[in-house]
Amino acid sequence: MRKRKHALAALVVAIAATGVVLAAGVGAGSAKSNSAFKVAWIYVGPHNDGGWSQAHDAGRLYVQKMLGSKVQTTYKENIAVGAQLQQTVASLVNQGYKMIFGTSYGYFSKAFAAKYPSVLFEQATGTDVAKNLSEYFGAAEDSVFLSGMAAGAASKTGDIGYVVAFPIPEVIRHANAFTLGAQVTHPGAKVHLVWTNNWFDPAKEKKAAQSLVAAGADVLGQNVDSPATGQFAESKGIPWVGYDSDSSKFAPKSWQTASVYNWGPYYLSRVKAAMNGTWKSGFYYGSMKSGFTGIAAFGPSVSAATKAKIAAKMKAIENGSFYEFTGPLYDQSGKLRVKSGVRMQVLKGGTNSLYGMSWLVKGVVGSPKG
Amino acid sequence: MNNSLLVVVLASGVAYGTPLLYGALGELLAERSGVLNLGVEGMMLVGAVMGFWTVQRLHADTALSLAAAVGVAALAGMAMAAIHAFLVITLRASQIVSGLALTIFAGAAGLSSYLGNDLNLADNPARHAFNAAVFPSSMQGWPIVGPIIFGQNVLVYASWVCVVGVSLYLSRTRLGLNVRAVGEAPASADAMGINVTAYRYAHTLAGGAFAGVAGATFTLAITPQWVSGITGGAGWIAIALVIFAFWRPALCLVGAYFFGALQALSPQLQARGINLGPTELWANSLPYVMTVVVLVFVSASGARRRLGAPASLGLPYVREER
Repeated sequence: MRKRKHALAALVVAIAATGVVLAAGVGAGSAKSNSAFKVAWIYVGPHNDGGWSQAHDAGRLYVQKMLGSKVQTTYKENIAVGAQLQQTVASLVNQGYKMIFGTSYGYFSKAFAAKYPSVLFEQATGTDVAKNLSEYFGAAEDSVFLSGMAAGAASKTGDIGYVVAFPIPEVIRHANAFTLGAQVTHPGAKVHLVWTNNWFDPAKEKKAAQSLVAAGADVLGQNVDSPATGQFAESKGIPWVGYDSDSSKFAPKSWQTASVYNWGPYYLSRVKAAMNGTWKSGFYYGSMKSGFTGIAAFGPSVSAATKAKIAAKMKAIENGSFYEFTGPLYDQSGKLRVKSGVRMQVLKGGTNSLYGMSWLVKGVVGSPKG
Repeated sequence: MNNSLLVVVLASGVAYGTPLLYGALGELLAERSGVLNLGVEGMMLVGAVMGFWTVQRLHADTALSLAAAVGVAALAGMAMAAIHAFLVITLRASQIVSGLALTIFAGAAGLSSYLGNDLNLADNPARHAFNAAVFPSSMQGWPIVGPIIFGQNVLVYASWVCVVGVSLYLSRTRLGLNVRAVGEAPASADAMGINVTAYRYAHTLAGGAFAGVAGATFTLAITPQWVSGITGGAGWIAIALVIFAFWRPALCLVGAYFFGALQALSPQLQARGINLGPTELWANSLPYVMTVVVLVFVSASGARRRLGAPASLGLPYVREER
């Protein structure tokens, strides 16, 4: 009798669990058509995270809207690098997806892409290029620099808090660009870092924001994906500079601006190329001039003078007369890293390149090792 | 003074320890009646999502919305606990298997995320949230006690009432004594005329209600927004906390604030430029490491009795097999 009851209970549990997994599995998705070109996106966080992944999903929806029934798009969210990613890709390939955009650092390698020669892979923020693996990203350092100018202008004390994800070159160059921007509008400004070691963790981001304010920061910025920092800033009446998406609704009074991405046009051109057979792998680095990166609408507390200064710099960056990573650049210890007049390059130059940067500029308080 | 490291970490410890405290109090009630429920994380997440849904959709003033949201979160947690109760009390399934299944079913990749997506809750700030404006700001500015004691939100103060309530209930009331009898020796309790099944159901459901409120603490107070998996493992720490607190409510409070403060320590040190090596690593892993140590200690049956674990914890009660 007891044995049977155990078995019955186990069965009920198993059926319930399977049901939910199936329901969750089919939850995401959209248009159906057998002849449609199938394209998938893989996100590191939720598709509606109010930041990074949401900006990519807006790009996906743009593709779907522009190409209509000719494409079938889907997304997989909250996918961690490693076994989970491999299973996700395997199942997408099984379902007939011909093109997969991976929107996080470390998703695809050359060896991984070689396992699926008939699938086109595109990866944001990486550097591995192979026959069927492309890389794409944009010069967010330019727009982050501009958002840093807003932070510097908003600060009275010159102590700015910056919540950062992982100590990798991408985040380090953004922290550096943010600091250089803040120093334009507030000479001598210091940017204090707290690492969360996570792209998306609202509770951790709030703790980081809280500790930065307790330690004296009077403006907050971030290179993480959730708006938790902004919500905390709003509750304390402190100006906030976001990242990735316009999240002003989370902190209408504190909102300054944010560096944002416009992924849609790139996605559209790549999907079109794949459909008509002209797709070639490469390394794409979008710019502010091409509309790939930019800054979000300003909040109510940003002064006209600040807006004018930012607009002038934006123009100078777009016409090439100004570039924030031009020497002389000094590191935290005051050592000269980039000689006067030298412009940093995207890939070439080791630790003095955008993709290899491992040191923080003068004025950043915190460790580049996390 | 109030921005000194110690005061800030202690004040954060109270704030971040509160969901752990609610979760642990609920689990303690269930365990004292002999039911181990490993589904706390799942129940928390369902409470979190349903509480958030209530403030977003209910068009009422702040106080009423928040009260209703906490009520809905408690009911949602209770509904999840009812699944566990039915499986392990009525069907006598393995408590460990059922509890784990509940966390998978309701957790970060299950029901709570499905509800969050289906009800379209993400990417919006909470319309109402618990803030720390209970006491006048002059009191919140008092040295040391200001931020730690007077700078908290209503849910924190309510949790203190719950600790006292649960503590008195278990030690001073007839019902509480009956619960302990059911958890220690259900056969004897049954012989005394206590309805073992009813007591176990009631306390498992109460545990679910507390877990639901614990989840709502995240979505209505700590980070007033909904994202999938927002509790980030707090349910597991709550379960560990019950063992860590030797099944005593007052010690749950101490443990919850200790673990809460540990979570707040790493960013505080970073923001102040104090480098103690990989603080993130040890501060975040310490609750788990300490729990493993205590669990290993507890699993030796001799120690188990001395620590205060209910003798029948995890065992189904079958009247015919007495």
